[in-house]
Amino acid sequence: MEAQFPFLSVITLSPIVAAVVILMLPKERGENARMLALATMLIGLILSLWVYVGYYQILPDVQGIIWEDTLRFVEEAAWIPSIGINYIMGVDGLSATLVLLTAIVGVGGTLISWSIDDRPREFFAFFMLLIAGVHGVFVAVDAFLLFFFYELAVLPMYVMIVIWGWKERREYAAMKLTLYLLIGSFISFIAFLVLYFELPDPTFDLRVWAEADFALNVQIIWFMPLFIGFAILAGLFPFHNWSPDGHVAAPTAVSMIHAGVLMKLGAYASMRVGIQILPEGTVFWMPFVIVLTLINVIYGSFIAMRQTDMKYLIGYSSVSHMGLVSMGFAAMNMEGFVGASIQMVSHGVMTALFFAVVGMVYDRAHTRSMDDLSGMGKVFQWPMVAFILGGLVSMGMPGLSGFIAEFPIFLGVWRGGDIDLVGTAFNLNPSSFYPWVAIISSIAIIVTAAYILRAIGIVFFGEYHAEKWHDMRPILAIDKVTLVSFSVILIVIGMFPWVIAPMVEAGVAPVVDRLVEAQQNPTFVGTAQTAATNLFSWLGGA
Amino acid sequence: MSVDITLSWWLAIVPEICLTVLLFIVLLYYRIAGKDNMRQTGVFTAWGAFIILLITLGMWAFFNEPSATPELVWGGMIRHDAVTLVFRVMFLVALMVTALVSVEVESLQSSEYYGLLVAATIGFSLMAAGADLIMIYLALETASISSYVLAGYHTKDKRSSEAGMKYFVYGAFATGIMLYGMSLIYGLTTHTNLYVIGDILSGNTTSHLSEVSRAIVRDTAFSGGSLTTEANGVLLLAAVMVIVGFGYKVSAFPFHFWTPDVYDGAPTPFTGFVSTASKAAGFAIFIRVFSAGVLGEASFSNPWWAVLVAMSIITMAYGNFVAIFQTNIKRLLAYSSIAQAGYAMIGLITFSQDGTGAGATMFYLLMYVFTNIAAFGVIILVSKVTGSEELKDYSGLSRRSPYLALAMMLAILSLGGIPPTAGFLGKFFLFKAAVDAGLWWLALIGILLAFVALYYYLNVIKYMYLYRSEEEDQAIPVSRAAQVGLAFSVFFIILLGVYAGPAIDWTNQAATAFFPG
Repeated sequence: MEAQFPFLSVITLSPIVAAVVILMLPKERGENARMLALATMLIGLILSLWVYVGYYQILPDVQGIIWEDTLRFVEEAAWIPSIGINYIMGVDGLSATLVLLTAIVGVGGTLISWSIDDRPREFFAFFMLLIAGVHGVFVAVDAFLLFFFYELAVLPMYVMIVIWGWKERREYAAMKLTLYLLIGSFISFIAFLVLYFELPDPTFDLRVWAEADFALNVQIIWFMPLFIGFAILAGLFPFHNWSPDGHVAAPTAVSMIHAGVLMKLGAYASMRVGIQILPEGTVFWMPFVIVLTLINVIYGSFIAMRQTDMKYLIGYSSVSHMGLVSMGFAAMNMEGFVGASIQMVSHGVMTALFFAVVGMVYDRAHTRSMDDLSGMGKVFQWPMVAFILGGLVSMGMPGLSGFIAEFPIFLGVWRGGDIDLVGTAFNLNPSSFYPWVAIISSIAIIVTAAYILRAIGIVFFGEYHAEKWHDMRPILAIDKVTLVSFSVILIVIGMFPWVIAPMVEAGVAPVVDRLVEAQQNPTFVGTAQTAATNLFSWLGGA
Repeated sequence: MSVDITLSWWLAIVPEICLTVLLFIVLLYYRIAGKDNMRQTGVFTAWGAFIILLITLGMWAFFNEPSATPELVWGGMIRHDAVTLVFRVMFLVALMVTALVSVEVESLQSSEYYGLLVAATIGFSLMAAGADLIMIYLALETASISSYVLAGYHTKDKRSSEAGMKYFVYGAFATGIMLYGMSLIYGLTTHTNLYVIGDILSGNTTSHLSEVSRAIVRDTAFSGGSLTTEANGVLLLAAVMVIVGFGYKVSAFPFHFWTPDVYDGAPTPFTGFVSTASKAAGFAIFIRVFSAGVLGEASFSNPWWAVLVAMSIITMAYGNFVAIFQTNIKRLLAYSSIAQAGYAMIGLITFSQDGTGAGATMFYLLMYVFTNIAAFGVIILVSKVTGSEELKDYSGLSRRSPYLALAMMLAILSLGGIPPTAGFLGKFFLFKAAVDAGLWWLALIGILLAFVALYYYLNVIKYMYLYRSEEEDQAIPVSRAAQVGLAFSVFFIILLGVYAGPAIDWTNQAATAFFPG
């Protein structure tokens, strides 16, 4: 059953090899860089599709399964064995899906950047490194390896935003983004080290961590650093600030990766490492976290309402939608987790599509301001259709992927009201307020509809200025391919949810099992006060 | 009293003997090669260092010299152990790469310059090997005097002369205080050997009695096997004085004042050398003296432990915050190197008996040798063309010389601790050791300060990659020697960043030799 061919290593490491080769190309042959990049991305896409389909065919029975048994395509090699660091890669249902998503957005990003003429070699080399880092996080089964790739993904972001970004904001945005993300990751990292030394036999193997039952004190104290550190990357309020700025300043392909995949990296890591490993800490803190996510959802959508810059609009809309992902996790049940996972994919493709459209328009019109762009629909039919489709997904229109994602999340949050917990953080009891969270957050759907329709109305159907837009470069066939394939994915997931649902279910089932168990765990009835006492005694003891 | 000099005594100092031979050959090199071929001196020195490096590693790999069990030789002056080996490798690598990049600087092409580099290396090497207060002091002076001359080597340049003078005055003062601290230790214990002192202070007062007069001295300091209160006070005073000397050597706050001026004024190749080899040698004696229990048992309950922790934190904070405001790249790296000393101290103050703390420091210093010399190598090449060391002259470097910019970026990333470079693992091992010792708050402080550092490191990258300059189409010429030196360093920056297993095992293993018994 085990695949002999190291699929995951090839998917992850081939972009790095490509990056080195691209950098070594002589200056005159910069043209070849994009061909090489595209070839690498296509190979990655084919292999990820193979992995996805391969996993789909041998879906594990999710009833009562532990995470280790859901992993497929596992590769193991010693790295720094003396301190328990190993090169372990493997995918479960969710990460296989996200690897595929990364590969798709990677190909899309390469195609969108086809006509980049400022230092194409460096651009594609850094882009390849970015993709490698993202793939690496999704397939890592070793905490250290995960962290290694996580860091590897952040740096190319900095360089790409600084060099190819929007001139007015790039230095500020790039520095802000880098510092936010690195500080977040390193805070998680301290938690990693603490957990590492809590183990009787220290190792960074996440399979061991996932089955280790850490002491209640450790769970409660270190859940927040571990979770928040990664959730910063998912744009969790109040640490979402870097994200719209980063989106706006980044070149199109990087915005696509950034919103499409990188933010999922944060959500994925906070779930895989934070929630899965510290279930009792999760149960303790989640009723508080859900309040943050509620602010995320509502606040993000209202801010988006105010934007006149297209990229800021999408940036804040991303914050709002990623809030739904975290909210799904905070629901602490199967519906919430499945919804959140599908939302990751749906939002990934949708935002990539949005940014592709905005990038195309900006390349030609040299403005992103909605007022200046009015009437673009006359010139840009393809992007218009794609943007409207993305908008419908964003509003959660049934029949499209957004509905498949958001409906279970609200359902999950509503059903989270069955969970009766005493003594969690700030004494928040899910049974008393989760249904209200579901009700209030559904306001966001209306606000989303309002700002999306407003944008569509102004930009595509506003007054047409013939003198302004008469000699626009036409949309290339390459661009159309990107738009169509992204749109098709959104429709397919919406119409045939079975292509993805069983996969993500297999991915999150072990986590949900642990959470449900933790909710019934009789040891978890202490009050916030005793937890605080524990905290101080633990700090004093250290 | 006759002493039998055995073969193992000689084997213990083979690298130093070879270095001495190299020193003489280098000094006479202009006789052999002729005045017109002085540039070859650097290449020759590099070859010499490389061969000695191979000899040193070969002796370890094939003849198990030094072996896993430490051995005191030359009457307890030198300890033949794995620690010495690791540090010798660092010094020889530093010498080799420094010699290679020095070839670029016209005014440094003389036998004296390279000879002084080799002489300083002998001093560093003996510092790492010294197991006796006297030996440590002599080795330190050997290294220091060569370094003072090297710092002021450009006698016509005011800044260089100032650097040499400043380095000397600070150095003499700090070493003097350290010597006074050492004399206090001698007064308490009547011995100069580190491990004997450690043994006596841990309560074993009788086994080292040899003379009556010594016993009398000791009886006033000890009562019932442990130090009296007064003696403990004296020991603390001695510890603080010794810390002054070591703190100066590794440029830790508040003994760092010489660093920016010396780094800035001294010839750039020497700056690279002093920031790596000299710092590493400082840490070698720092760790050795404290781990051997010369100032009392190495534990968190000692009062000076708090001093060291405070020093480490303030050094990290001070270096990183002040570096933000620098516009001269040499000064920027000077403050960065102050901060790096603070990080390296984290490993020292964990006192992990299994060697993970000191081992992490050694790994950190090892990667720092490659990283910093690579960075200074690029600075030499760039300032040779631009004639200045201002940060703004790095604008457009990535278009001008892509490979130089890439080397500089990797070095900078390594200093900042970003994968896939060695600096990332270096910091990782240090923080891991800190958390292991229960000092997770220290790791947290270190990490947060690392982000301050990231700000100015990324700034350098921004200058190289983002900003444009008018000279973009003029590539910077790089000689073969400098190419080899840079490629060698960059190769190891990456190698230690992705495949550090053997290296960290090696340094951790070696670090256990710091501790007595």
